[in-house]
Amino acid sequence: MSPPHSKHLGLRPLGAVALVAAVALLSLPYVLSTYHLGLVVQMLIFALFAMSLDLLLGYAGMPSLGHAAYFGISAYTTALLALRLSLNAWLALPAGFLLAALTAALFGLLALRTRGSYFLMITLALSQVVWGIAFGWRSLTGGDDGLPDVPRPALGLHLPWSLADSTPFYYFTLLVVALASLLLLGIVASPFGYALRGIRESESRMLALGHNVWRYKLAAFVIAAVFAGLAGSLYAYYNRFVSPDYLHVTRSAEVLLMVILGGAGTLIGPAVGAVIIVLLENVISTYTERWLLLLGIIYVIVSLFAPNGLIGLLRHFRRRRATQ
Amino acid sequence: MNFWLIQTLNGVSFGMLLFLLAAGLSLIYGLMKVLNLTHGSFYLLGGYVGLAVLHLSGSFVLAVLVGSLAIAAVGVIMERFFLRRLHLQELPQALLTFGFLFIFSDLATVVWGTNPQTIPKPPLLSGALQLGDFFYPYYRLFIIGVGLIIAAVLWWLQDATRLGAMLRASVDDEEVARALGINVSLLFTLVFGFGAFLAALGGVMGGPIVGIYPGADFDVMLLGFVVVIIGGLGSLKGALIGGLAVGLLDNFGKVFFPELALFTIFAPMAVILALRPAGLFGRE
Repeated sequence: MSPPHSKHLGLRPLGAVALVAAVALLSLPYVLSTYHLGLVVQMLIFALFAMSLDLLLGYAGMPSLGHAAYFGISAYTTALLALRLSLNAWLALPAGFLLAALTAALFGLLALRTRGSYFLMITLALSQVVWGIAFGWRSLTGGDDGLPDVPRPALGLHLPWSLADSTPFYYFTLLVVALASLLLLGIVASPFGYALRGIRESESRMLALGHNVWRYKLAAFVIAAVFAGLAGSLYAYYNRFVSPDYLHVTRSAEVLLMVILGGAGTLIGPAVGAVIIVLLENVISTYTERWLLLLGIIYVIVSLFAPNGLIGLLRHFRRRRATQ
Repeated sequence: MNFWLIQTLNGVSFGMLLFLLAAGLSLIYGLMKVLNLTHGSFYLLGGYVGLAVLHLSGSFVLAVLVGSLAIAAVGVIMERFFLRRLHLQELPQALLTFGFLFIFSDLATVVWGTNPQTIPKPPLLSGALQLGDFFYPYYRLFIIGVGLIIAAVLWWLQDATRLGAMLRASVDDEEVARALGINVSLLFTLVFGFGAFLAALGGVMGGPIVGIYPGADFDVMLLGFVVVIIGGLGSLKGALIGGLAVGLLDNFGKVFFPELALFTIFAPMAVILALRPAGLFGRE
């Protein structure tokens, strides 16, 4: 498996594509209804969440099945601060992802001693600890009922519009996700990002080359948690509600599906995977109660027929066409 | 004094159910290197099918047999037609087994609804043992007995039979085992089906005390994972000792710290992970 490069995908006029995408995204509030704009906000948030897991899974080769823990911890932190202390997002957002980072550092110490299936299982078990807290500590988290009426963020910038309205909130989310994506792209293109790829391909070789593999992995684990946390806090603001569902295994598995469906190790792939899953969930749920069943079938189909994701399929067909 | 004895027996009987679950998880991982996320579904489906059979026939024995054998068949089909195609690809395997978890979970709510159900205890075992002022329900003693018998049978199968020798050989070196003419593919199917059988057995037998409810598949899968993390994947001894440990921790945790019930399980798990990442009896 060679690491994917954009030129292999024929995306050479990347600048033009990015420009078109930016213009399209900026003009969406003028085209879409409030409901559909909300859908796009969800897509953006889950795209960020999926890209954060991709850093772990696609670049560093660490398959976490507990990534929703950081999404949820940050969401709860931000929601609690917004409800109890202050509306100020400059406080509530960083507090959220910092606590997620701290938890990841702690969990990383335990989980990083293992790999493969053990790593999957241990990240899952650790994330369920957090779920247990959210579920059981009723006086703080509201237990099963969650925390309703989370206020939308106040930025304290004396802006003429309020983030309580859907269009300003959409632009806020777009800005945060765009900046976070650029940061992630930067991380992936940095020497650190290449060290992670090296670890994915051969840990022992990286060790032999004198790299402190463990430290790189822990750093990747924590950074991924920060971006997952950011996504979680945005989702808490968007829903104005948090519940233990935010950090359940099913959410961890869902984001794993998004990453693999799109194509791990490409950042853009997992973002596309997130868009597809969010879209499917919203469309299918309006027609049938059996979304869970269909989601299960999607898992099975992806695992059997597209384990390298849509990007993998695309590359496969390109290669076939090239050899004909 | 009675209090301690009763709570200990409660912990041990629950631990035996966890052992049934973890033994399958462990065997499957040991041989096939598959982390089976559908394992909790086998438990849940076993319970539901068992209950249906009990309603139809009125026989608890039949419920246990049909429930576990039907789910064993589900396991065999899953291995033969799906898992087999993803040999040694851990991530697609995780996706596949998680997909089946969703599929079974949703199908179960379609067929059996969302109300929690319990399997009635068989009349023969519904009383309580009385020794002086000490009372203890027969049914939980029955579970402990069945757990011990299954453990003994598993050890015998593994250590003293030709099948067990082939299994151990395939665990140690699949390639060489194949070269020696051992039908490893058949072993895969057998072990996966057998793991499903044990989990479903746990589901039917646990029905009267734990109940069958939507979400039990996730709860039970998680407890099974904690057991194998503590005991070590791929080890029968680990499944038994881990199962008993988690059963006792869970029970005493619920008695003494009801608010922190999960922590009494997870804190020891974290300690073991820190000291022995592969579990007490796991192989690195």
